Amino acid sequence: MSAPLAAHVGTAVCTAEGVRVVRGGRVLLDDVSVTLRAGEVLAVLGPNGAGKSTLLGVLAGDLRPDAGEVLFDGRPLHSWGLGDLSRRRGVLLQDNATAFPFTVHEVVRMGRAPWRRTPRAAEDDDAVFEAVASADIGGLVDRAVPSLSGGERARTAFARVLAGRTGALLLDEPTAALDLGHQEALLSLAREHARAGDAVLIILHDLNLASAYADRVMLLQDGRVAADGAPEEVLTAATVSEAYRTPVEVIPHPVTGRAIILPHRPA
Amino acid sequence: MPPSPPTTAAPPGSVRRPLRRPPRGGGLDAPVPTAAAPGARAPRTSLRILVPLGLAIALAVSVIVAAGAGQLAVPPGEVLGVLLRPLGITALPEPSSDVVSSALWSIRFPRVAMAALVGAALAVAGLLMQAVFGNPLAEPGVVGVSSGAAVGAGVCIVFGIGFLGSWTVPVFAFLTGLAVSLAVYALSRAEGRTEVVTLVLTGIAVNAVAGAAIALLTFLGDTQSREQIVFWQLGSLAGSRWSQAAVVAPLLAIGLVIAFLVAHRLDLLSLGERTARHLGVHVERLRLGTIVLVALLVGAAVAFAGIIAFVGLVVPHLMRMLLGPAHRPLVAASALGGALLLTLADLGARTLVPMADLPLGILTSLVGGPFFFWLLRRTRRSAGGWG
Repeated sequence: MSAPLAAHVGTAVCTAEGVRVVRGGRVLLDDVSVTLRAGEVLAVLGPNGAGKSTLLGVLAGDLRPDAGEVLFDGRPLHSWGLGDLSRRRGVLLQDNATAFPFTVHEVVRMGRAPWRRTPRAAEDDDAVFEAVASADIGGLVDRAVPSLSGGERARTAFARVLAGRTGALLLDEPTAALDLGHQEALLSLAREHARAGDAVLIILHDLNLASAYADRVMLLQDGRVAADGAPEEVLTAATVSEAYRTPVEVIPHPVTGRAIILPHRPA
Repeated sequence: MPPSPPTTAAPPGSVRRPLRRPPRGGGLDAPVPTAAAPGARAPRTSLRILVPLGLAIALAVSVIVAAGAGQLAVPPGEVLGVLLRPLGITALPEPSSDVVSSALWSIRFPRVAMAALVGAALAVAGLLMQAVFGNPLAEPGVVGVSSGAAVGAGVCIVFGIGFLGSWTVPVFAFLTGLAVSLAVYALSRAEGRTEVVTLVLTGIAVNAVAGAAIALLTFLGDTQSREQIVFWQLGSLAGSRWSQAAVVAPLLAIGLVIAFLVAHRLDLLSLGERTARHLGVHVERLRLGTIVLVALLVGAAVAFAGIIAFVGLVVPHLMRMLLGPAHRPLVAASALGGALLLTLADLGARTLVPMADLPLGILTSLVGGPFFFWLLRRTRRSAGGWG
């Protein structure tokens, strides 16, 4: 049996220490250390091929690092049983195809699979209902997943992860296929989760979303940590320009003061 | 300490807050969530009861009819009478002569029973294989597991191996079938997925090698074993005996129970292996176990009935169209559907041409081949090319 994360804000949930991943002679991650804490939204940024998804794979336990250590709740990740882990952290990958035409409702319900034969299976209906409402897929529940648009499929997968009611969320580019409204909705939902004590790691491409919603930002570049800290510390013109090899300018939002990042476009 | 010990399990809802965001402005669709509305999926739910029930009734009727049909025609009422007499029910009419009832018991009943058992085994094997490969086109015959099992059976025939009694042929068929299943599994997967093209081409290659092995065995064998091997490749239930049914039935029972128990995990597998793992499924263990089970079912079927292709393709596909892709209801429905299909196909094989016993494999391939082609075209269209 397993308990949910009744997290104490600030506790390290997921820790990688000096992680190195080499695949096919290529160094994908080199000496990467990161700590995901309860109560925070950590945005992982970086150009294509920087190692963001590899890092998520390492933290989720899909990839064993060649060097370094990964801890989940203070214990080595690989010492956790898959079942116990599945009740504590939810993972959303980029690829959310299903092999057979399951309905949206069936897929969201699969997010409850870890709780089968546990007392918390009693929450199944509530959790599914809540997740469906949160992801705004109420009108799609009886549709087959392969017939959905990319964005609808992404929201279905997100609802599946939410339905698990795990205290830690690892999300790989959850907003990539979403329209503006759903992007904002998803990130404010992530932030609400963090405020309630969850640990949320989100890989993002949109720097402005990270700037607006993340408590902490980590910038990866060529498999290394280029910067890690509060959004205003990391998302400076110099750091971002360097990491993305693209000149950008950073303007403070007139009301909130949060950074707005724009590529430098000569007039 | 996040994943707290069991004692501190928070009561449901205490840590959580309502997540529903206020409806976003701009008149977005803002649909009313109907996820938990009871009865929303009622049609499919009632089908999940009605379809297996209907199939079971159809199977019972066709078993009675099939047992009565043939060169020696026996009316269904008399068939039922003969069938129920050992149970002490004697109210029904009985055939005039004891020859008829003993012919039914020694020839017709075992044959009909084998048709139903083999059909169920092949259909469930197909269902499991499709789940493991995440591909509705995977089928023991198509990917070559059936021919692989036939090689093992052929070896027994040609070299006269029989040290395990009536279990010898099934054991050999199982072992070669298992070897082929594992080979196909290893060869046709790339980056955790099995693409249609890779699967079908792997099947061609495996069938070619198995075909060559069977041809070699035919070449090595004497006239009698040659005949037997030819019979194997065509697939037939002629000469079925109770001793064979006694081998297939327990294997099928084991297969059904295990399939039923892992059905839930097979559902999760269709989300992709990484996601299934994140949801707590031991993916490799599940895959390997299921493949062994497929080899067991196919081995049992092929050992006695030869190569009967496409049952494992057609039946699960039709059931999926009726019941949706969730595996638990599909296991029972596929077993019943496969039993029904092969009972009827064998009835056809015995009665379509007077005085002739057509090979069963010819009939199933005649129907299954075009069906496979249609499925292939449809898959290609929905995937927008060969994905």
